[in-house]
Amino acid sequence: MTIQLNGKIESIAEGTSVSALLALKSIVPAHVVVEKNSVIVARDAYPITILNTGDTLELLRFVGGG
Amino acid sequence: MDSLAIAGRTVRSRLITGSGKYQDEALIPAILAAAECDIITVALRRVDFDRPADNILRHIPEGKILLPNTSGARNADEAVRIAHLSRAMGCGDWIKVEVINDQKYLLPDNAETIRATEILAREGFIVLPYMSPDLAAARSLVRAGAAAIMPLGSPIGSNQGLKTLSLLEIMIAEIDLPIIIDAGIGAPSHAAQAMEIGADAVLLNTAIATSDNPVLMAEAFKHAVRAGRLAYLAGCGPVSSGAQPSSPLTGFLHS
Repeated sequence: MTIQLNGKIESIAEGTSVSALLALKSIVPAHVVVEKNSVIVARDAYPITILNTGDTLELLRFVGGG
Repeated sequence: MDSLAIAGRTVRSRLITGSGKYQDEALIPAILAAAECDIITVALRRVDFDRPADNILRHIPEGKILLPNTSGARNADEAVRIAHLSRAMGCGDWIKVEVINDQKYLLPDNAETIRATEILAREGFIVLPYMSPDLAAARSLVRAGAAAIMPLGSPIGSNQGLKTLSLLEIMIAEIDLPIIIDAGIGAPSHAAQAMEIGADAVLLNTAIATSDNPVLMAEAFKHAVRAGRLAYLAGCGPVSSGAQPSSPLTGFLHS
């Protein structure tokens, strides 16, 4: 199935959780904030948040800025 | 030096630094130490999947106040969304509201900034709005619940110094909240001038980050901010058009 990940189409396996996706991308959960379909996903809900086809996911983190 | 209180939180340093534009982010701890600053800004951006391990927070020592900005927001709603996401990072509830829809001069949209400040202050954020120095807009920001007001000295990253000087002086005289001059400060003399006219603090990024020696420049700004603050507290002497002798006019050898 496909989701929209940070503005790009991404193919992932059925039943992938937010936690599994972060692991797949080598991202430490504590370093990012996740927004699914314009709603912020709490960090402790990453393992139980299962992605569905067509979901829009934003993964964001702090970077240098003024 | 006398301390500064923002939203009831006391900070020792009147110098706030940004974390952007560094060629090597590993320099940040040394820069924060040299500047002795308590507050540092960051931005929120999409994860770069080619650099999954990047994490600016590992360069920011414990105990610093993190001030995320809402850069990228073109209106109040986008600023509010970025503020919510930033707070979800779990690093506190301070937010620098920055709403910009002018891409040439990067001048802030005061009306949208006021709207975002109102929403976020009501939600319990400590809101520091970046704004074009305008007294009526600043008063609206006070009413909206801002914790400090951050007028610009000149366009972001321009290093032009305090081109808005007269407007900044009016804001300092009339607004009871801390005034933090943000943007355009390009040299320690600009920071000293900001403090001499009575600004409560300055926020700068480019001047340090793009220096040949950012750590040394951070130290230079620390001294400039302190010098300017001390001069403000001491009170500068009057300016006159003619000369005023510093030595006695009597007792000359020839008299």
